[in-house]
Amino acid sequence: MNGLASLWAIPAVQVTAWALLKVVIILGVMLGVVSYLIYAERKICGHIQARTGPNRVGPLGLLQPIADVAKLLLKAEFTPASANKVIFHIAPILAVFPAIVTFSVIPMGPPPMFVVTDISVGLLLFLAMSSLGVYAITLAGWSSNNKYALLGGLRSSAQMISYELAMGLSTIPVLLRSGTLSLTGIVESQSGVWLVPGTRIPLPNWGVFHWYLVLPFLIFLVTSFAETNRAPFDLPEAEGELVAGFHTEYSSMKWALFFLGEYMNMIVICSITVTLFLGGWHGPGPAMLGIVWYLAKLFALLFVFIWVRWTFPRLRYDQLMGFGWKVLLPASVVNVLLASVWLYWRANG
Amino acid sequence: MIPAGWTIALSAIVFCIGVAGVLVRRNALVIFMSIELMLNAANLAFVGFGRQLGSLDGQIFVFFVMTVAAAEVAVGLAIIVNVFRLRETVFVDEINLLKG
Amino acid sequence: MVPYLFLGFGGLLVATALMVILHRNPVTSALFLVLSLCSLAGIYLLLQAEFIGMVQIIVYAGAIMVLFLFVIMYLNLQHDVEHGAHIAWRRGIGWMVGALLLLFSALLFGRGWAVGPAAAVPPAAEGGNAAAIGRVLYSRFLFPFEVTSMLLLVAMVGAIVMTRGRRAPEEERA
Repeated sequence: MNGLASLWAIPAVQVTAWALLKVVIILGVMLGVVSYLIYAERKICGHIQARTGPNRVGPLGLLQPIADVAKLLLKAEFTPASANKVIFHIAPILAVFPAIVTFSVIPMGPPPMFVVTDISVGLLLFLAMSSLGVYAITLAGWSSNNKYALLGGLRSSAQMISYELAMGLSTIPVLLRSGTLSLTGIVESQSGVWLVPGTRIPLPNWGVFHWYLVLPFLIFLVTSFAETNRAPFDLPEAEGELVAGFHTEYSSMKWALFFLGEYMNMIVICSITVTLFLGGWHGPGPAMLGIVWYLAKLFALLFVFIWVRWTFPRLRYDQLMGFGWKVLLPASVVNVLLASVWLYWRANG
Repeated sequence: MIPAGWTIALSAIVFCIGVAGVLVRRNALVIFMSIELMLNAANLAFVGFGRQLGSLDGQIFVFFVMTVAAAEVAVGLAIIVNVFRLRETVFVDEINLLKG
Repeated sequence: MVPYLFLGFGGLLVATALMVILHRNPVTSALFLVLSLCSLAGIYLLLQAEFIGMVQIIVYAGAIMVLFLFVIMYLNLQHDVEHGAHIAWRRGIGWMVGALLLLFSALLFGRGWAVGPAAAVPPAAEGGNAAAIGRVLYSRFLFPFEVTSMLLLVAMVGAIVMTRGRRAPEEERA
C-alpha cells in the first residue's frame, strides 16, 4: 500500500492513470454508440423508405444490435487460400485503430477533465489519423487476392487521398480564426455570444455562424462523406458494382471490424466537425453540461449523415474524382484566400 | 532528458541501414525505400542538432527535406513505372540497355 | 521515463528499418517502412518537434508510402527471387560497406565530437511549436518556401506527363 501511494505521487503516473481511465470510458461508451448507431441507421432508413425498420427483437427492435453481434460471432470465418495471411488479418485492425486514436484529442466538455489529452497540434493528429486510415482499405483489397476486392480497395484509397486534400484545406479558415491548432483552443475561441453586425440579433459564437466559415463547413461535411466511404461516395463498397468491394472476402468478425471501423470513423469525423464548426461542447447552461450539448450536436450530425445516405444516389467514380479535384479543391483554396483577406482587413482596419 | 549523442547515433545507424539496403537489394522499389530511410535519418539528425543548439532552423530544414522527398518520390515512381512498361522488370540488374 | 520511451521508439525504428531491407516481399518492406516512419514520428514528439512529428505522419507515412504501395500493387510485384554467385558478391560488398560506415560513425562519436551535455528542454515557444515554425518559415525562409512550391508544381507536372504515355500518331489524327 505504501508503495502504491509513493507511486501515485509521481505526476507522470497520475496523468497516465487518469488518461487510461478516460480512454476506457470513451471506448466503452463509443462501442455502445456504434452498435446503436447501426440500429438507428436501419430504423431511420426504414422510415425514409416508408416502412418500419427492425422491430421484432425486443421492444421496438432495440435488442437488434445484440442479435447482430451474436450472429456475427457465430458465423464461419473464411480465409482465402492464396491470400497474404498476415496482412489479411491485420487490415481490419488498421481500420479501427486510427479512428479510436483520434478520440483522445476531442474535447467533450470543459477541459481538463473531459478531454483525454490536449496536445498542441490536435487538428494535425486528426489529419494524420485520417491519412493512416487509407491503409486498411488498400491492404484489405490487395491481400484478398481477388480482382473485385483489389479494384474496390484501390478505388477507395484513391478517393480517400483525393478528398483528404480538400478536407485539410477547408480546416484552414478555422485555424485562421482561432489562431491555434489545439482542439480545446479551437473550441475556446467559439465560446460566448456575438451580435450579428448591423443588427442586434445574438448568435452563439460558433464557427459556422461566421460567413467565411459556412463554405468550409459544407466542404468539410462533403469531404467527410467521402472519407468515411459513405453514400453518396460509397462506390468502393457498392453492392451492385463490385460484389462487395474491398471486403468481398471478409466474413464474420473481420467484416464486423470493418463496419465497426466505418461507423467509428463516422462518429469521429462528426465529433471533429462539431468541434471545429459547431462550437464543441458549448451551449446554454453551466459548463458541466458541456458533454450533454456535445452529444446532442454529435447525434444531430450523425442523423444528417444517415439521412444523406438514404436520400442521394451514388456518384459514379469519375464524377466522384472530378468533383473532388476540380470543384472542392479550388473552392477550399479560394476560401482560404477569402478568409485570410477578410480577417487581415478586419484586424488591421 | 535525451542526450543529443543518442539521437545522432540513432540517425547514423538508420543511415547505414539505408546505405546497405541500396547496395544489397536489386529491386528498384526497395532501393527507393532505402533512399527514403536515408533521408529520414538525415531529418532525425537535423532535429537532434537543432534541439541541441536551441534553434528552430533544424525543424525548418526538415520541413523542406520532406517536401523535396515527396516531389522526388512522385517523379521517381513515375520513372520506375515507365521503365517497367518498357522492360517488364524492376530489377536494376536487368535494366542494362540504353536502347529504348 | 522519456529516455526509456526514446530507447523503445529507437529500437523499433532500427528493427523495422532492418526488416525493410531484409524482407523478400516488397509490400511487406513498404509496410515495415510505414512502421519505421511512425516510430520516427514518435521520436520527433519526444524531441519537442510536434509539428514535424505530425507532418511526418501526414506526408510521409500517409501520402508518400501510399504512393509506394499503389505502384507496388499496380506493378503486381511478387517475392524477390535472387540467386547466383554475382548476387552473393554484391550482397557481401553491400553489407561490408554498411558495416564500415557504421564503424566509421562509431569512431567519430567515440571522440565525443557530436555530444554535448544533454540540452535542457527548450521553453515552449509562444503559441506552440507550429506557430513558432510558422513565424520563422514565412519571414526568414519565405524565398525557399516559394521555390519549394515551384518545385512541387514541376514534379507534379513532370510525373503526369511521364506516365500519360505517348499516343500513336494515327490515333491523334483521328
